[in-house]
Amino acid sequence: MKRVPWTLIVFAAGLLVPLLGSRFYTFVATDIVILSLFAMSLNLLLGYTGLVSFGHAAYFGIGAYTCALLMKHANAPFVPSLIAAGLMAAAAALLFGFFCVRLTRIYFAMLTLAFAQIVWAICFKWNDVTGGEQGLPNVPYPGLDWMGSVPVLGGFRVADHFYLCALSVVALCFAGLRRIVDAPFGRVLTVIRDNAERAQFIGVNVRAYQLAAFVLAGFFAGISGGLFGIFNRGVFPDFAFWTKSAEPLIMTILGGMGSFWGPAVGAAAFIVLNQQITSYTEYWPLTMGTVLIVLLFVFPGGIAGTLLGLLERGRVRAGRGGTAAGAAPMVKRNA
Amino acid sequence: MLEVSGLSKAFDGFTAVDKVDFAVRRGEIAAVIGPNGAGKSTFFNLITGHLKPDAGRVLFKQRDVTGAPPHRICLMGMGRSFQRTNIFPKLTVFENVQAAFITHRRRGSNFWSLSDSLYRGETEALLGSLGLADQADATSAVLSHGNQKQVELGIALACDPEILLLDEPTAGMSAAETRDTIRLIQRIAAERALTLLFTEHDMEVVFSIAQKIAVLHQGRLIAEGTPEAVQQNPDVRRVYLGERH
Repeated sequence: MKRVPWTLIVFAAGLLVPLLGSRFYTFVATDIVILSLFAMSLNLLLGYTGLVSFGHAAYFGIGAYTCALLMKHANAPFVPSLIAAGLMAAAAALLFGFFCVRLTRIYFAMLTLAFAQIVWAICFKWNDVTGGEQGLPNVPYPGLDWMGSVPVLGGFRVADHFYLCALSVVALCFAGLRRIVDAPFGRVLTVIRDNAERAQFIGVNVRAYQLAAFVLAGFFAGISGGLFGIFNRGVFPDFAFWTKSAEPLIMTILGGMGSFWGPAVGAAAFIVLNQQITSYTEYWPLTMGTVLIVLLFVFPGGIAGTLLGLLERGRVRAGRGGTAAGAAPMVKRNA
Repeated sequence: MLEVSGLSKAFDGFTAVDKVDFAVRRGEIAAVIGPNGAGKSTFFNLITGHLKPDAGRVLFKQRDVTGAPPHRICLMGMGRSFQRTNIFPKLTVFENVQAAFITHRRRGSNFWSLSDSLYRGETEALLGSLGLADQADATSAVLSHGNQKQVELGIALACDPEILLLDEPTAGMSAAETRDTIRLIQRIAAERALTLLFTEHDMEVVFSIAQKIAVLHQGRLIAEGTPEAVQQNPDVRRVYLGERH
C-alpha cells in the first residue's frame, strides 16, 4: 500500500487559499496556520514528553513582543526579527524550565503557570517597553512587496502575501518538529513520557531532556507568537495571559495529543467552530463549551487520534482478508 | 565489582536498611533474600541511585558512586529490573528495547538521524534470544505479565550491563513461567559473562542458582555466604526459613 503524501497535499491546498479571493478565508486560514504552530509546539511537551504546561502563552507572548518591538521600533527586517522572537522565547524557557523540570506533575504545571503570570505582569506594567495595557499597536507587515511582481501573486492583497509567508514559516517549523520527534531525541522524549523512572535506568538524564524539550517548545511558541503579533497588527499583554495558555491545550486535546498532526487538526476545528458560533449567537462561550464537551466524548483520543484509530482498524481488517494467517499483531503507532 | 559498606537508609525514623556491608565479585551470581519489608528493594534503590543513602558507601568497579544519579550509574554498566514491571507501555516491544540501545549508546541527543533505522539488527537479535521476536510490533501494554517481564529484561540487557540487578524477576509468574525465566536468565548470564544480583521470594529458585546469598532482616544483614552455609545458619532458620516451613 503506497502512502498518500497527505502533508504535501494539505500544504498545496493551503497555498491555494488566496485564490478563493476572500478576505475572510485568508483571515481564518492565517489564524489556523499560526495557532497550529502554537498548539504543535505545546504538544512536544504534552504529547511527547508527558509534561503538562499551563503557561505556554509566556513564550508565545515573549516571541510576539520581541518580534513586534524589533520590527516596529528598530525597523529590523522580518526574518531576523522572527528568529530573535524564537530565541528570546527559548531563552526564557531555558530560565523558567530550569526550575520547572525540578518539579513533577501538578507542581510542574503550577510553576509554569506562575512563570507565565509573571511574564504577563511584566508585559502589563512595563509601559516604556511593552506599552503596558495599551500594548504595541500597528506592528508593520513584513516587506513582501517583491511578491507583487511575481505573476499570480501580484494580484493578491497584502494580507494574502503575509498568509503565504506565515504558511511557509510554519511549514518549515513543522518539518523541524517532525525531524525532532522522529530523531532519537524524540524517541527519548516518548520514553520519558511513558516511564521516567525506567528512563533513568537506561541512562537518560531525564531533567536534561525535559529541559531541552521545554526550550524547543518555547522556541516554536515564540515563532508562532511573532507571526501572530504581525497578523493581529498589534501585541497585547493578553498574549501571555493564562487564558491564552488554555487555547493550545484545548486545541491539542481536541485534535489528539497522541498523533503528530493532532494539535493542528484541533486548532483548525477550534478556530472554525469559534468563528461559526460567534456569528450565530452572543452566548458563544456557552455554546463553544458544550460543543467541546460533546466532541471530547465523541472523539476520545482527539479527532485525529480517533480517525487514525479507525483507519488502522480498517487496515488490519483488510490485512486479515489478504493473508490467510491473519495473525497481524495489534499495532499502535504513536506518531 | 560491587561493594557496599555501612549502607543505611531511614524513612521518617523507620530504618529500612541498617549498616549493610556486602560485596559481589565479577562473574558471581548473588541473591538477596529476606521476608517482606526486610529492605531488599530499598537496598537495590540505594545501589542504583534511585535513593540517596543516609550513610555508607557504594563502590562500583572501584569507583565511588554513592548518591550519583541513576542515569550515570546505568551508563557505567549497571542494568536493573524493577519489582513492579517497569516498561514503556505505549511503545511497541521493539521500540522499548531499541530505545535502551539508543540511550545507552548516548545517541539520545541526536537530531539528525531517524530513530526507526537505528540498532535494528541488535534489537531484533536481542528480542530473538528472549523469545519475543513474534511480539516485536505489539504495544507492550497488551502483553502478558510474563512477557512484559521479558521485555523489561530486554531493556536492561540492551544497556549492555556488566552487572545486572533483578528485583524479583519471577514475581507474579506461574511455576512454569518461573522455570522458563530462570533458565533464560541463567543462559543469558552465562553467554554474556554477567555478574548477577537478584532478590527473589521463591527459595527453590534462590538455592538452585545463587552462588552467594545475603539475608536481610529488618534492614540488617544477618547472614551471608554460600547457599549451604546460609541454610545452616541458626539465625536465618529462626527469622526467615522457620517462618516459612
